Amino acid sequence: MTDTTVTTVVKPRNQWWDVWDQFKTHKGAVAGLAFLIFITLFVTVGPVIWNIDPGKLDIRNKDVRPIYMLLFDGNAKVSWARPMGTDNLGRDIMANIMQGGRVSLAVGWTAMVLSVVIGTFVGVVAGYFKRLDGLLMRFTDLVLALPLLPLLLVMMLLFRDPLRATFGPESGIFILIVAGIGITSWMQTARIVRGDVMALKEREFVLAARSIGTPARRMITRHLLPNVLSPIMVSATLGLATAIITESALSFLGLGFPSDFPTWGKILFDSVDRMTAFPERVIWPGLAISLTVLAVNYIGDGLRDALDPRIRGH
Amino acid sequence: MLIYTIRRLLISIPTLLFIAFVIFMLLELAPGDPMAQMPLTIPPEVKEKMRLALGLGEPWYVRFPLWLKQFFIVEPQYWIDGTFGTNFADGAQRIISFQSRSPVFETIAQRLPQTLWVVGMSYVVGVLIALPIGIISAYRQYSVFDQAGTFVSMIGFSVPPFFSGVLLIVIFSVQLKWLPSIYDTTHVVNDWDSFLFQLRQMVMPVMVLALQTTAQVSRYMRASMLDNLGQDYVRTARAKGMSESVVVLKHVLRNSMIPVITVIALGIPAIFGGAIITEQIFKVNGLGQLLIIALQGNDIPMVMTITFLLAVLIVMMNLIADVLYGILDPRIRYD
Repeated sequence: MTDTTVTTVVKPRNQWWDVWDQFKTHKGAVAGLAFLIFITLFVTVGPVIWNIDPGKLDIRNKDVRPIYMLLFDGNAKVSWARPMGTDNLGRDIMANIMQGGRVSLAVGWTAMVLSVVIGTFVGVVAGYFKRLDGLLMRFTDLVLALPLLPLLLVMMLLFRDPLRATFGPESGIFILIVAGIGITSWMQTARIVRGDVMALKEREFVLAARSIGTPARRMITRHLLPNVLSPIMVSATLGLATAIITESALSFLGLGFPSDFPTWGKILFDSVDRMTAFPERVIWPGLAISLTVLAVNYIGDGLRDALDPRIRGH
Repeated sequence: MLIYTIRRLLISIPTLLFIAFVIFMLLELAPGDPMAQMPLTIPPEVKEKMRLALGLGEPWYVRFPLWLKQFFIVEPQYWIDGTFGTNFADGAQRIISFQSRSPVFETIAQRLPQTLWVVGMSYVVGVLIALPIGIISAYRQYSVFDQAGTFVSMIGFSVPPFFSGVLLIVIFSVQLKWLPSIYDTTHVVNDWDSFLFQLRQMVMPVMVLALQTTAQVSRYMRASMLDNLGQDYVRTARAKGMSESVVVLKHVLRNSMIPVITVIALGIPAIFGGAIITEQIFKVNGLGQLLIIALQGNDIPMVMTITFLLAVLIVMMNLIADVLYGILDPRIRYD
């Protein structure tokens, strides 16, 4: 009796391809990813093509309206050289949106990475080492009970000048905002990671790994962290969205970057006083913030489904 | 349950003391100087006297307990005196603002009604919009209504209030000229017309804040309804021949409300935080605006007190949410 069934050798597939296949079925997430890539290219490659200095004053061409105003008003002051118009000092709005987006996205990504690193560290340590669990989780609860937005405002105001003196006006504020957002937004990640680590610790493969004498450091990096990667990635997307919003909110309240250093929130804040005459100056940065955050939220939604093995493959 | 509540109340005391300490030390260690705004022509020795007059001469371990005493003992005494006409306080030193030199709590009492009106109204409106959306979305899962609800709540999560507020002003105040863009807090409601005006000036700030609430609460309501709709007792109720409205609105809704009510309680402090930005946009002179002004003026007692009051609100709402959960759901037993 011979076995005649020919087993076709299926090439081993990286599981991330499965995740990507599932991710692709979520239309909103794909659109979100496309928009995020577009806006990232717009703010990074954009200034290379549209190389107008965002800070350059051009008083003669001040208050130019965006080009589409021609549709409503034939006499509007427009110029093809300034498709999005200029502000009250003649600075090009498109160049400012690009420059502002660079800063906003950089702050968002860095603050998100910081908060995810802190959150994961606290969560893994609390979940893995029983002795530290009570202490760390009490601390997390305490931080959660702090009124974070007012405290962030206090930090911005009080530590602004010394940091500016030490690191220079721009990087000082950058460090302050990133640190502020990072240390006020890690708690959710820590809680989720702790819960997952505690559940994983009871599984057989952890017992097996422990039985061959795996030290705690290797246990965490090789067995626990890869398995809690999906909740971390999902909370990272949420963290990116909140970080972008928080930075804009701080700039909007006038406590962010210095005024000659545009971010999306800052441009919005500076334009509010003249929004009756020039509503477009408010709408462009606002749309940029909202659409970016919306895109990131949709990516998070799709990622949550794609990383859940119970949903994937059905 | 009572024992649990009392235990939680007792635990919240050290929590609040710790939070007060953190806020105090943050303000204390910060290099900002409350005298930085003063003209440079003031001689140093006069400046030193002014510092002493502000109570800054003592070290922190004297000033922190003093602040605690003023906050927890002296101010309630003044409050009781003001209400019942007694004289417990006996002229004790109150918490004084650096900027206005008047008691901090008097300023807060002046600002609180505006914030409560806008914030409270927006929360009620937001929850009232969110509940039906959540119920219908869950009952008709994956329908057009559900998809639209998901999209609207995504927008509510993504569009920050400082953009939605400004956008509403551009559309309704600038272009259409229907609604006033600035909230007039001196406005007194005494007849129908003034009531209409009050209504018109409240619409935009309330809707901006309500959008955020609606986005969150409707999601929770939907998830909670979906959890319950698949349960066995729902099938039993239908098998008994109950009408669909009784099944959904009596059986399912009541059970689904339990987690949602705790979410509603937990959301209250967050909406006060959101009001800081909304008040800035619509120029409402409420607590949030007071905090911003105090921050910019280095008014440490005012910042400390408002921030701590928000912390008290957070801790209390956490406690209320937990206790409510135990009362509403008989399966939860804390003791």
